[in-house]
Amino acid sequence: MDNNKNLYENAVSDLLKPIYPNRLFKIWMAFLIVALGVCVYAYTIQLRDGLGVTGMRDYVSWGMYIANFVFFVATSLVGMLISAVLGLTGAKWSAPIARIAEIIALAFAAVAGLVIIVDMGRPDRLLYVFTHGRVQSPIIWDVTVVTTYVVISALLLYIPLIPDLKICSERLDKAPKFQRRIFKILSLGWTGSDEQISLIKKCTRVLAILIIPVALGIHTVTSWLFAVTVRPGWDSTIFGPYFVTGAFVSGCSAVIIAMYFFRKNYKLKDYITDMHFDKMGKLLVLLSLVYLYFNINEFLVPWYKLKKFDAVHLQEMFYGRYAILFWGTQLLGLILPIILLLFRKMRRPSPALVISLFVIAGAWLKRYLIVVPTMEHPFLPIQNVPENFKFYSPTLIETTITAGTIILTLLIITILSKFLPIIPIWETKHNQNESKED
Amino acid sequence: MSEKEDKPKKKTRREFLQQIGIVGAGTILAGSAIYAGFSYQNKKKPGDRIKVLTAENELIEVDKNDTTKAKKVLATDLTELQKEGREGIPGKRWVYVVDLSKCRNARKCMSACNEAHHLRPEQHHINTLLMKESKNTPAYYMPKPCMHCDNPPCVAVCPVDATYKRPDGIVLIDNERCIGCRFCIAACPYSARILNWIKPEKEEEDKGKTYNVELNIPQRLGTVSKCLFSADRIREGKLPYCVSACPNGVYYFGDENEDAVTNGTTKETVPFRKLLEDNGGYRLMSDLGTQPRVYYLPPKNKSYPFQDKDKPEAEKDVSEG
Repeated sequence: MDNNKNLYENAVSDLLKPIYPNRLFKIWMAFLIVALGVCVYAYTIQLRDGLGVTGMRDYVSWGMYIANFVFFVATSLVGMLISAVLGLTGAKWSAPIARIAEIIALAFAAVAGLVIIVDMGRPDRLLYVFTHGRVQSPIIWDVTVVTTYVVISALLLYIPLIPDLKICSERLDKAPKFQRRIFKILSLGWTGSDEQISLIKKCTRVLAILIIPVALGIHTVTSWLFAVTVRPGWDSTIFGPYFVTGAFVSGCSAVIIAMYFFRKNYKLKDYITDMHFDKMGKLLVLLSLVYLYFNINEFLVPWYKLKKFDAVHLQEMFYGRYAILFWGTQLLGLILPIILLLFRKMRRPSPALVISLFVIAGAWLKRYLIVVPTMEHPFLPIQNVPENFKFYSPTLIETTITAGTIILTLLIITILSKFLPIIPIWETKHNQNESKED
Repeated sequence: MSEKEDKPKKKTRREFLQQIGIVGAGTILAGSAIYAGFSYQNKKKPGDRIKVLTAENELIEVDKNDTTKAKKVLATDLTELQKEGREGIPGKRWVYVVDLSKCRNARKCMSACNEAHHLRPEQHHINTLLMKESKNTPAYYMPKPCMHCDNPPCVAVCPVDATYKRPDGIVLIDNERCIGCRFCIAACPYSARILNWIKPEKEEEDKGKTYNVELNIPQRLGTVSKCLFSADRIREGKLPYCVSACPNGVYYFGDENEDAVTNGTTKETVPFRKLLEDNGGYRLMSDLGTQPRVYYLPPKNKSYPFQDKDKPEAEKDVSEG
């Protein structure tokens, strides 16, 4: 029993140690804030001069921002996958990384809302979406489900955190007083009674069930922004599941990348183990295979028929303007990772990190390939307009603003993961006790 | 007997004059009444009945004297303009016919439109496209306005009711409402919509003008714009800007209910359905289910030779080879 208690004490100090800010953290934060400042400046230019500062014009009227939005919504889906699907099916191994997944989900979903505001021609009229909303527009559906998803994700992060907040308020001796007080207030008078434990378990379970349809909803509706139009390349009935599986692929790789950095910087080798990388690697293979299956359906079937406008679209993708990007994304971002991750050696932390970086870059570019080429080939010819109306290339300002949204997400993840215990302390202990009793 | 009774009933001078006055006035009154009656009779001649078309599309006759001129006061206040702009013109179903056999790419429609709506040269509410479907099919010019679809994909996707369909068939955009999400641009298969990406052409000049949704002036940065069938001109009883500007008789505009369209160049009014019937009229990409209100007459027997410089690259190669 004493031994057990010591183990727990060690775990608490291990898991609380990262919460004290160190030099590396300060440098990283300073870098993020300065970089974000530059990007915010770029956005003020766009606010002043209008969307004309981007590469978008009348024909390619959706570009990098919308691609980035789809990527953000996609990546946020992983929260649901890990805390709901794995949690409910009783996969105990995922418990230590559930909070990482939840933080990623919350950060990406919340920033997705900002990404879409960045894309608006009149952001000053944002409130019209609520005061004049029309229910038949998929944008209204998207606003509804994304907001719901952010709320549920926040609760799924917060509720299991309550016992840990109590531990933090008691055990963080070196932290400033106000910080400990905030922890105490946020812990809502947690005492660890049986009643509270059963309540917290019930809440988490209900939320984990609720988040499944909402998460499917956010990405299905996002795919419908394209699929409800008649444009070649978007006019597809499988866009919902195609987007959802693609989302899991991108979110999974995001979690692997985050796991690697937290493990290294917060010295959590004993908690995020090689086993976690191995399991996540396997999960990534499975999801990538499903995604590959949808890709084959999405591209090969129209290619077989070669309907007039589909043919133009596919030619551009397969051997035209977008061939390098298309094949690069498919081979390096999907097929090669599947093959490599089949080997146990490749699922070790370092190779898994490199592969995940390729997968997530591919995921971003894939969204770009979904949005842009279709808009460059409307049904009627593009004539009597300047050359830059015909082909889209993002401008520096547009790219900076897009980078800004990614930096903001990293900032949110950094702050949340720094000031909260990234590995659930109470849950780890609770699970240990339960498995002892079994 | 008193003295008074003895007096003979002799009229005094004053009484006499009074009586004459009454008779005279009476005569004048009666005379003028008779005159008025006659002139009223004269007016009621059968030739003065006029034919009127009801909202139910029925032709009826009414007496000209029973009609009063409709008040034609144009709205000036923003609320009134917005209300009027959403209601449209009662009883009408506007249609637009493009005769492709007559279009010579004069582009007078485009310049008239750009001037009316204060657009930049690269912005098009109407765009004349050079079409060539395949190697062996003929090349022709196709002016392409907004189709004002009866099943408009753009209206369906608008999240804030900024773009809407009026009962008279016109699809408009309220740029006081538009949030610039550009979903309508993505949804439109005809590429009919544009955005004010940069400062509108005449922003300074239009500053302070009351916004007219039927003209879409002032144009606003960050909002969508498109062809309006010149809703402001129709309200004044005139033909759209592009239709009247065409020198080649390409355009007809009119009311489907009335079954009459007027050519903008010749000002000749012809039956709408017969025009389509006689010339094989069709609608652009109607297989998409959009139900456009713009009709095309095929480029058959083009009224002009297609000049070599006009030919698309593909055709030049063919004629040389």
